[in-house]
Amino acid sequence: MELALWTYEGPPHVGAIRIAASMHDVHLVLHAPQGDTYADLLFTMIERENRRPPVTWTTFQARDLGSSTAEMVINTLEGVCERYNPQVLLVAESCTGELLQDQPGALAKGANLSAPVIPIEMAAYTHKENWGASETFYQLVRGLLAARALKPGETKAPRGADQPPSVNLIGPTKLGFRCRDDVVEIQKLLEQMGVRVNVVAPLNATPRDLLRIPDADANVNLAPEIGDLTCDWLKRQFQQPIISTVPMGWGATRDFIAEVSETLGLDIDVESVGGSRLPWYSRSVDSTYLTNKRVFIFADGTHAIAAARIARDEMGFEVVGLGTYSRERARDVRALATEYGLEALITDDYLAVERAVEALQPELVLGTQMERHIAKRLGVPCAVISTPAHVQDYPARYSPQMGFEGCNVIFDTWVHPLIMGLEEHLLTMFRDDFEFNDTAAPSHLGGEGGGAHQPDTASPTAESSETEEPGAIAWAVSAEKELRKIPFFVRGKARRNTEHFAIENGLSVIDVETLYEAKAHYSR
Amino acid sequence: MTEVIARAESTGTPAVITERGERAVFCGLTSIIWLHRRIQDAFFLVVGSRTCAHLLQSAAGVMIFAEPRFATAILGERDLAGMADCNEELDRVVSELLARRPDVRRLFLVGSCPSEVIKLDLANAAARLQGVHDNRLRISAFSGSGIETTFTQGEDQCLASMVPDLPTAQDSSLRLMVVGTLADIVEEQFRRHFAQLGITEVDFFPAARADDLPAVGPGTRILLAQPYLSDTVGALRKRGAKLISALYPLGIQGTLAWFQAAAAEWGCSTETVQEALAIPIARAQKALSRVRTSLEGKSLQFLPDSQLEIPLARFLSEECGMSLVEVATPFIDQSLMAEELARLAEDVRLVEGADLDSALARVRANRPDLTVCGMGIANPLEAEGLRTKWSIELVFTPIQGFDQVADLAGLFSRPLVRERQLEVGSWS
Repeated sequence: MELALWTYEGPPHVGAIRIAASMHDVHLVLHAPQGDTYADLLFTMIERENRRPPVTWTTFQARDLGSSTAEMVINTLEGVCERYNPQVLLVAESCTGELLQDQPGALAKGANLSAPVIPIEMAAYTHKENWGASETFYQLVRGLLAARALKPGETKAPRGADQPPSVNLIGPTKLGFRCRDDVVEIQKLLEQMGVRVNVVAPLNATPRDLLRIPDADANVNLAPEIGDLTCDWLKRQFQQPIISTVPMGWGATRDFIAEVSETLGLDIDVESVGGSRLPWYSRSVDSTYLTNKRVFIFADGTHAIAAARIARDEMGFEVVGLGTYSRERARDVRALATEYGLEALITDDYLAVERAVEALQPELVLGTQMERHIAKRLGVPCAVISTPAHVQDYPARYSPQMGFEGCNVIFDTWVHPLIMGLEEHLLTMFRDDFEFNDTAAPSHLGGEGGGAHQPDTASPTAESSETEEPGAIAWAVSAEKELRKIPFFVRGKARRNTEHFAIENGLSVIDVETLYEAKAHYSR
Repeated sequence: MTEVIARAESTGTPAVITERGERAVFCGLTSIIWLHRRIQDAFFLVVGSRTCAHLLQSAAGVMIFAEPRFATAILGERDLAGMADCNEELDRVVSELLARRPDVRRLFLVGSCPSEVIKLDLANAAARLQGVHDNRLRISAFSGSGIETTFTQGEDQCLASMVPDLPTAQDSSLRLMVVGTLADIVEEQFRRHFAQLGITEVDFFPAARADDLPAVGPGTRILLAQPYLSDTVGALRKRGAKLISALYPLGIQGTLAWFQAAAAEWGCSTETVQEALAIPIARAQKALSRVRTSLEGKSLQFLPDSQLEIPLARFLSEECGMSLVEVATPFIDQSLMAEELARLAEDVRLVEGADLDSALARVRANRPDLTVCGMGIANPLEAEGLRTKWSIELVFTPIQGFDQVADLAGLFSRPLVRERQLEVGSWS
């Protein structure tokens, strides 16, 4: 039993729904009670989908238990085939359905239905959403393609001389982070390279499209959390190599181009494919202030790994914390963290992440909607880089994270919550101006995300004041006065650092000298 | 599956058509979202699965930025396989939680679909934990499971679970108990109105503080602020309380009738009530008249969801001039709905239960001007050119009482006003 206030991932059957909702002509029957139908709103409200996900629920109630739940499964399956006539019928259970042991997959197989059935075992008490999505997609692809796999000793037919090189984009789904735009961006990039995109799946694919997957020369594993299992299987069964660089960030996009060229045997100059404004924006003088900003990163594995490289190598930040809730990617994230001189935070406990942010005192948090809550509470600027995300992270505008346009989007998104270089000086200059004071936030931070301007004296919750042991150290009036001269957006940090310094040095009163001693101690 | 089970010709109320099929509603756990805002020192610990936790944050998470006073103890494989003693695990989780939240005065263990299917006895667990934590706080259990409860019924189960803790009234003098969660602002208004009527012996249940438990006894008169509280009423009746049958305080007529029914117990005539409340009534009429113009003559269909459908249908047809195409509700308690049903036209199509696909087929055939439905369905219907009102707003927004009448009507008029206003795209 595990105590959860928030959860990063939903249950595995929500992953199954993501696959069904991403595709066309597929229908999912879920053996589940009525309350589980809330999952519809993830798609129709958060992602503003204009159709209900193609899911039918048995919605059994207490009175049905022990007698008619199996019958309900059969009736539901028959009704779905009649009403929706899907090319493929997926059958699974939610957590409660699993406890009934009705085995809807076996019932469906034996029911002589008009549609081919692919049962999915969810193991709801062990697994989570991304696993469920990965497993569902894998079972679907395997179910459709297993009969066509290459026989032992057979080799994949080489591409015809008149055929353009081609790849599949594997992994993008509904409710993924910016998948809609990433697919468009990467398709454009590949087009530039003269590479044809054969199938994108599961996003907007039909089962018939999946049958064409083996036609491509290679698979691009665009969302490893979802696509790993399937790409591996396709490699084994159809000898399709995997292009595994995720093209997120300037360097990674160039590496991706190189990997595609090498895998497909193309001779392509990376420079000719395209470029981004990120390198110049990052070198322009206003960006000097970004140097070694302390950044905390927590996301799904793919986005955490990509963000770390962008943060350090392309923005000039210092990565002070790196973690993921994707246990499947724990090894990759741990390895990368070691390279950055850090210990990775692998957890799905929101409170553990909060404690880490509190302890590390970063100047920018790159995370999920959960970290946005944490950062807001602690008054730290934050940008969202990964699911789980809020409705506002499914924007109307074109806003990819991948490819060269993705670099531009990321530069803007990460810099926006920070106080900009020139502005930093102006803030100091006008500190005592009557119109510009501690409570007046910079205009571009009018709304949320501008947590940095919160008065440092505020103690937002009972918990934080308890842990801070107030009263242990006294501030001399002169030191308090001096502290107020420090720009307010770093004042909270200065106060905390000085108090830490005082505690470590056994001081009970902080005077002006202590303040500057601490400043010298912590200066980089 | 559809059948007519009762055609109550003699009473003049509409016939009830029962439907059974796929349901698209929240489970009772969703009630925690407004209950935890109301009872400000209570904590709700759901004993369930990752699905329960995900439901709560999906339905509420985007609205709440502070640390919530609800959480889920997620059952894992070890708990189910019997490798871990569920009760020991629960004790550990509760201790962890209470250490973190020393301010909590009441802990609810909330049962879920999985906890009920594996027959985890939470009432027993609550009693055991009460012994462990002694007087620090009160611990009790109720079910919010989707196999037992639908949406608002979670509140009914929660309140019913608190009834045994209510102290017994010292004497049998008359005392009013307003039952059902109301926003603080509505409670304040209602207290002022009751005072104007000379009724000062008023308790609200649940109160904002968990320890504020009203006494109950033969002198207690129950006045329901919410229509979905069947089990709570049953439990209070067993303690000697009597139910005042009334319309629900939605709309001017509903609110007036509600106060009149209560005041009658205190010997106040309906005319006296009307006079005493003349100012808020006039104010409500003025505010409503502006909104009414957008609603008058428009057709309306309810999909089954919050159990507020019947009183809302009465308000929107009687006071806003809307025509009712269909009123569907998950469950009808004939005794609690008696007054409301009597006000519906006999030819209104009244449906109890649900069969999602056939209901949607009727919406598509009827093409009502407005459909009231759950959040999962609203955008798809909008995309088909139909205006909708998603019903969860009806339980998150203060809608009861005179001063909220225009706000309530506004929830329904806004989609229609918007349709007229927008010059982009097309709905039809």
